[in-house]
Amino acid sequence: MQSLTQRLANPSNFMALSARLLPWCWGVSGFLILVGLSLAFFGSPADYQQGQTVKIMYIHVPAAWLAMLIYALIALSSFGLLVFRHPLADVSAKAAAPIGATFTFLALATGSLWGKPMWGTFWVWDPRLTSVLILFFLYLGLIALRSSIEEEVLAAKLTAVLSLVGIAILPVIKFSVEWNSLHQPASVMRLGAPAIHASLLRPLLVMALGVTALFVALQLKAMRNEILRRRVKALRRIAAASAADLSQQPAE
Amino acid sequence: MDLGPHAAYIWSAYAVVAVTLAALIAWLISDGRRQRRLINEIEARNRR
Repeated sequence: MQSLTQRLANPSNFMALSARLLPWCWGVSGFLILVGLSLAFFGSPADYQQGQTVKIMYIHVPAAWLAMLIYALIALSSFGLLVFRHPLADVSAKAAAPIGATFTFLALATGSLWGKPMWGTFWVWDPRLTSVLILFFLYLGLIALRSSIEEEVLAAKLTAVLSLVGIAILPVIKFSVEWNSLHQPASVMRLGAPAIHASLLRPLLVMALGVTALFVALQLKAMRNEILRRRVKALRRIAAASAADLSQQPAE
Repeated sequence: MDLGPHAAYIWSAYAVVAVTLAALIAWLISDGRRQRRLINEIEARNRR
């Protein structure tokens, strides 16, 4: 019996499965984000120190989580490409890069807008902020490297190697808050119970689930687009080859 | 809804997220449509 990854190795199977999943992902993400926003704005109190600016947490933290999660997915896909040569691994890595760059940009932008009223500055060269900025440049580097190489197989392999090297940034981001950082330490994903009150944690978790479901929808859509783009290239190659055959046939 | 003295920062953060995600979704949808249209055009040309 074939495993799920083996079945998905056939792009046609993936297209059929993703076509069925996509509407559900859009729907679930939209529903959870709406519930999360209403909990954030109407069902959660102001923070005792930060006041209402804590509302920025409900979009900043899910964006920051996804920025790291998506990079981990790209590294995993790259491993799948280099070791197992899974046909969809490169499609997944390529599709995820612009989405990861977007969420990293959102983490930086919302963090900056949160930092100004709390720290008195939009930016500081703090270990956490700087390491997330490096992650953003890594995403841009992956996109730029791939688009600068015309030969698709070579571009995929080189991008995969770069993404595996770049995974070192993830533990740096995770532990950077312990290195004399202005950024607050982890308050949800930590050993022991979360250091955040349930009334603030609930909307945060719902928003995190909603934004993660949105990412799944975006990733499926981007992978479908990439498979279609490869089909366009293949069809063009076939058309060019048959045109060349016709031109080589002697005229009667 | 009173978001206090820093309301502008809060609304700006939500606006940046909304606009950026809307642009990403619009780009993905238009890219998908473009690829479908190209496939249809090439297949129609091949049938001729």
